[in-house]
Amino acid sequence: MKIKVIVTLKNGVLDPQGKAILQTLNGMNFRNVEDVRQGKYFEIEVKEKDEKKAKSLVDDMCKKLLANLVIEDYKIV
Amino acid sequence: MKSSVIIFPGSNCDRDMDVALKKFGFKNQMVWHNDQSIPKSDLIVLPGGFSYGDYLRCGSIASKSKIIKSVIDFANSGGLVLGICNGFQILTETGLLNGILQQNKFLNFICSNIFVKVKDKQNKYFKDLKKNVLELHIAHNEGNYFCSDDELKSLEDNNQIAVTYCGEDGTENETTNPNGAIKNIAGIFNKNKNVLGMMPHPERMIDKYLSGEDGSLFFKNILDNFK
Repeated sequence: MKIKVIVTLKNGVLDPQGKAILQTLNGMNFRNVEDVRQGKYFEIEVKEKDEKKAKSLVDDMCKKLLANLVIEDYKIV
Repeated sequence: MKSSVIIFPGSNCDRDMDVALKKFGFKNQMVWHNDQSIPKSDLIVLPGGFSYGDYLRCGSIASKSKIIKSVIDFANSGGLVLGICNGFQILTETGLLNGILQQNKFLNFICSNIFVKVKDKQNKYFKDLKKNVLELHIAHNEGNYFCSDDELKSLEDNNQIAVTYCGEDGTENETTNPNGAIKNIAGIFNKNKNVLGMMPHPERMIDKYLSGEDGSLFFKNILDNFK
């Protein structure tokens, strides 16, 4: 079963890459872009048929490795 | 004094560190990341570099490697653990040190000599150090130290801030902050001050003709405090 995870920076944590992308988009005449936050996306193939179990495993992986909870939030989608 | 330098795939300051430690009289040995245990040591060093290609987050993969459990046990039993640059990043990812090193504020890789102010001397690294400001070298893309407000308060309350970026005269402000680190933090201790992580490289400042000798002071001081 494939589980998808999105890791993003927490609100309030400076995201210089997002800022650079925002400025570039504005410079390319995408004038109505107000903010950009960059994140990470993972597709994890788990050998598990029960979706609840698979997601709970991935949740553990997020806490222990995929996200650093000092600055990042994660969402299992 | 016996030391061990851990080599991860992608470490690139391991041999510099070996040269520096031996120059001042440490009996140093190199330890591979896939080993389970560390030979008897008084100091363990996690060197600079790009362990595991900086994949996922700097230091995150190395912080889960086989040897790390021994490093954590050693640190928890009071042993001296020094993480330089990528080693500092690894220490934050293991949880031995608070916070995280984010990408530099202006997205640039910085390679230059800088000055740091020694903020605390009640520890085995800086006790009785003759100077308060050291000229060292930094080379990093992710050195922008960040932690939560609560963690920062706790670092300040327990005097865990080890070194901060400053000018030659010791002034700390935005212009002497190369990477956007909060409070100009260049290095911190754990609560017991046996674990030190810092971005600057003392091992690059051990020759008066090539660089400078403030790194020499740092290593000699650790040895003096051990005696």
